[in-house]
Amino acid sequence: MWRRSASFVLDKQQQQYDDVEKQESSLLSSTTTPSMAETLQNPSPKISAYYQTRAAHHGVVTSDWLAQAQAAVGRDPDDHPSESSSKSNDSGKPFGVIDDFNNWRKQPDLAEAVAAIRALASVIRSSQATTMMELEIELKKASDSLKSWDTTSISLTAGCDLFLRYVTRTSALEYEDFDSAKLRLIERAEKFGEISYKARKIIAMLGQDFIFDGCTILVHGFSRVVLEVLKMAAQNRKLFRVFCTEGRPDRTGLRLSNELAKLDVPVKLLIDSAAAYSMDEVDMVFVGADGVVESGGIINMMGTYQIALVANCMNKPVYVAAESYKFARLYPLDQKDMVPALRPIDFGVPIPSKVEVETSARDYTPPQYLTLLFTDLGILTPSAVSDELIQLYL
Amino acid sequence: MECSPRTPRIGFDEAILGNTLHHFRAAGFNLTVASGAKKARGISGKAAGTVVEVANDLPATSKPLKEKMSKSERRALQESQRAAKAAAKGGASVHEQPGKTLKQPSQKKDGPQVTSSVAASEKKGGDRPPEKDRKKDVPPPRMQFDDKNRVEKAKRRAVVKQTEARNRVELFRHLPQYEHGTQLPDLESKFFLLDPMHPAVYKVGIQYLAGDVHGGNARCIAMLQAFREAIKDYTTPQEKTLSRDLTAKINSFVSFLIACRPLSISMGNALRFLKARIAKLSATLAESEAKASLCSDIDRFINEKIVVADKVIVGNAVTKIRDGDVLLTYGSSSVVEMILLHAHELGKEFRVVVVDSRPKLEGQALLRRLVGKGLRCTYTHVNAVSYIMPEVTRVFLGAASVLSNGTVFSRVGTACVAMVAHAFHVPVLICCEAYKFHERVQLDSICSNELGDPDVIAKVSGRMDVNYLDNWANKENLQLLNLLYDATPSDYISMIITDYGMVPPTSVPVIVREYGREHLLI
Repeated sequence: MWRRSASFVLDKQQQQYDDVEKQESSLLSSTTTPSMAETLQNPSPKISAYYQTRAAHHGVVTSDWLAQAQAAVGRDPDDHPSESSSKSNDSGKPFGVIDDFNNWRKQPDLAEAVAAIRALASVIRSSQATTMMELEIELKKASDSLKSWDTTSISLTAGCDLFLRYVTRTSALEYEDFDSAKLRLIERAEKFGEISYKARKIIAMLGQDFIFDGCTILVHGFSRVVLEVLKMAAQNRKLFRVFCTEGRPDRTGLRLSNELAKLDVPVKLLIDSAAAYSMDEVDMVFVGADGVVESGGIINMMGTYQIALVANCMNKPVYVAAESYKFARLYPLDQKDMVPALRPIDFGVPIPSKVEVETSARDYTPPQYLTLLFTDLGILTPSAVSDELIQLYL
Repeated sequence: MECSPRTPRIGFDEAILGNTLHHFRAAGFNLTVASGAKKARGISGKAAGTVVEVANDLPATSKPLKEKMSKSERRALQESQRAAKAAAKGGASVHEQPGKTLKQPSQKKDGPQVTSSVAASEKKGGDRPPEKDRKKDVPPPRMQFDDKNRVEKAKRRAVVKQTEARNRVELFRHLPQYEHGTQLPDLESKFFLLDPMHPAVYKVGIQYLAGDVHGGNARCIAMLQAFREAIKDYTTPQEKTLSRDLTAKINSFVSFLIACRPLSISMGNALRFLKARIAKLSATLAESEAKASLCSDIDRFINEKIVVADKVIVGNAVTKIRDGDVLLTYGSSSVVEMILLHAHELGKEFRVVVVDSRPKLEGQALLRRLVGKGLRCTYTHVNAVSYIMPEVTRVFLGAASVLSNGTVFSRVGTACVAMVAHAFHVPVLICCEAYKFHERVQLDSICSNELGDPDVIAKVSGRMDVNYLDNWANKENLQLLNLLYDATPSDYISMIITDYGMVPPTSVPVIVREYGREHLLI
C-alpha cells in the first residue's frame, strides 16, 4: 500500500526512483497473472481495458490496484462467455484475434493500434477463405470483435478502421489470383504496421524543432511519443527542463521523470493540482493523446483539459504529439459525450460507501485550447485534423 | 493510407510548377526585348501624346526579334488609332485594353506574349483549364438593386411587373424591395400571355409567392419537380438543339421563379446541377432518351442529395441525443423535426424547447406535430431564449445554407439563438445537407439577404388594439425592415451534421472542394 503525500514525492525523489525500478521489475512478473485471465475473457465492462493496459505499461502500479482489477475481472465472468460462445460458432476466429491482440498488446513498446493491425494480419494469414469477399467479411468480423472487446480504446478502433480501409481499398487486388492477393494483403498489413511504428520517429523529428534552448516544458501523462520527442531533443543537445505532473492515479509522471532523468534532462515533479501554480514558469505544454477526434480536440488522460485551460489562459502554447492512427471519427460535444472509460482509483484510505468517486480515466480537450498537433502526417492545426479525417475515411 | 487522396494535390503542384517554368522561360527568352518594351512603356506612360515617337523610338534603341517587331508595330498602330478616336469616343472598352496592359508589371506582360508567340502549343498542353472556363467558375455578381442601369434593364426583361416599395430601407437598397401582394393579380391576368411558361412551373411560382411552399428543401424539391414536368412536356423546336434551347427555357422559368421569390442558395446549387446535366447531354442522344435521362437525374438528385442525405443526418444526429437531454430548436426545420421524431421513436427520454418568433410563427406548426407524436415540449418566443437556455443541453438548428467560411445562413433569429447558446456553453449543432453548401464567403447578413413583406411586422393578426403602425406606408420617415435570413459566424457553432458525417465548421471548405464537383457529376 502506498501512502504518499506530495511533499514526500518532492523530497525523496531519489528514493522513489529506486522504488519505481523495483516496482517495474515486479510489475513484469505480477502482470502475467491477470493477463492470462484477460486473454480469455473480457474484463468487466465497467473497467476500461485500454486504461488498464496503459496503467500496466506506463504507470507505477500498486499491488492492491492489481488485486482490485483482478477482483473486477472475477466479479462477473459470465458476461463474456455468453457473448463469445455465440461468436465462436463461426469457427472461433474472433476469439483468436482477441487472443492474438492481447499477446501483442503485452509488449510495452507496441502501440495498441499496431498490435491490432498485427492481430488482423495474422487473421489474414490463418484464414481459410477462398475468395476476396470471404476474406473481407472475415476481416470485418475480426475487427468488429476486436473493437467490441474494448470500446474504450480509441486507437484500437481507429487502427482497425484504418487498416480495413488500407487493405480493402485497392483495385489492383481484383485482377490477381487469390493467393497472391492474399500475400499482398499480408505485405500491406506489415507495411502498415511499419509505417505506424515509424510514426513516432517522424513526430519526434518534427516536434523537437519546437524545443528551444532554455525552455521549460510541462508534460502531462506518460506518452511514448512525447518521450520520443524529448529524447530526440536531448540527443540534439538542446537544453531544456521538464515539469512532470504526477499523473494520479497511475502516477505516470513518476515513470516519465524517471526516463528523463536517465537522459540527464532536468526534471521537476509537480502534483497534478500544481499546474496553475507553476504555469508562469512554463514555456510550452506537451501532451500525448489517446485519441484525436474530428473537431481537432483530443481525448487524453484525465487532467489534460484543465492543464490546457490554464495554459490557454496564460497564453502558453499547448502541443499535442499523436500518431495518425489515433485519429478517430468521433465528435464529442462535451466531457460526458463519450463512451465512459472507468478505472478504479486507489485513494490510499478506505472510502465510505456513501461517497461517490469520479472514476473516469480520460477527458476531452476542445480544439480551441490546443495550439498544434505533431503527427506523422505533418504538423497540423486542430482544424486540419478533420480535413485529414475526411480524406482518410470518405 | 496516403496513396489515393494525395495524388490530386501533387498534380496541382505540378501545374503550378509548369506555369512558373513558363514564366521563367519567357523572361529568359526575350530578355533584350523585355527591356526595350519596358522603356517604350515608360515613355508612353509619361507622355500620352507622343505616340508616333514611341513607334519610332523602339526599333531604333533595341534590335528585337521579328515577331517582337510586329508586336511593337501593332501597339504603335493601336496607339495611333486611339489618338485618332480619343476625341470622338471617350474610351470604348476595346481601346482601353492596351492602356491597361501598359500599367501592368513587366512579368505579367510577358505571360501573354509567350502564348502568342513561342510556347502557345506548350501552354495548351498543360492541365490548367483555359481562361474562359476558369471565368465561368466564378459565380456572376449578384444583381445590385441600387444600380439604376441594371435595374432598368432587368425591368424590361421581367415577366412580372412589380411596384417598388415606397419606403425602402436605406442600408438594404441593394436588395429587391417590392410592394408585396401586387404580383399576384398581375400574374393571374397574365396567365395566358405568358406563353412559354409551363403550368407546373407557374403553379410552383405562385406557391412561392403565396408562401404555400416554404423551407429550403421543400422549395428546392418543388422547383425540381416542376422542371421535371416541364422537361417531360418539352419538344425541341425545329432547327434547334435540345441542350441549348432547353437551357434557355429553364433560364426563363428561373427568372419567372425569381420574380415570384428570390432563389435560395440551395436552389441555386440544384439549378447548377441541372444545367450541367443538360450541357453534358451528348448531341447524338434522341430527344426522348435525353429527356428520360434528365428526369432520372432530377429524381436521383432529389433522392440522393435530399431524401437519403436527411436519413444519414438523422442517423448521425440521434447519436448525440442522450437520455435526460433538453433540446432546443428554433423555428421549424424539416431535418430537425425528423431527428426529434426519430429519437423519440428510439425511446430516448428527452424534452424539446421550441423557440419561435414573429411574424412567421413557424414553430407552432412544428410544435403541433411534435406534441401530436407524444413528445414533451416547451414553447417560447425568442425574447425568452436567455431565460430558457440554462436548462438546455443541446441546440439543434437547421440552415438555409452553409458558406465556405463556416458561416451559417439561416432563418432570421438563428444567430441570436446560437450566440446565446454559446454564451451559456451549450453546444450548437447545425443540421444541413451538403447540397446546401456554397463556396461563397459572407461576413454579415447585409450583403445578400431577402426582404419580406414589411406589412407583416407592422400588423399583428387578431389584435385590433395593436394599431399604432396603421397606414405606416404613408409616413415618409418610417422604414420597416423585415429580414428573412441572418448569418451566424462559425465561432458560435460546435458542429455541422451533414450527409458526410459530423464535421466542424472549419471543414466546410474541404467538403465543398472535395465534393463540390460531385454535385455536378452524379
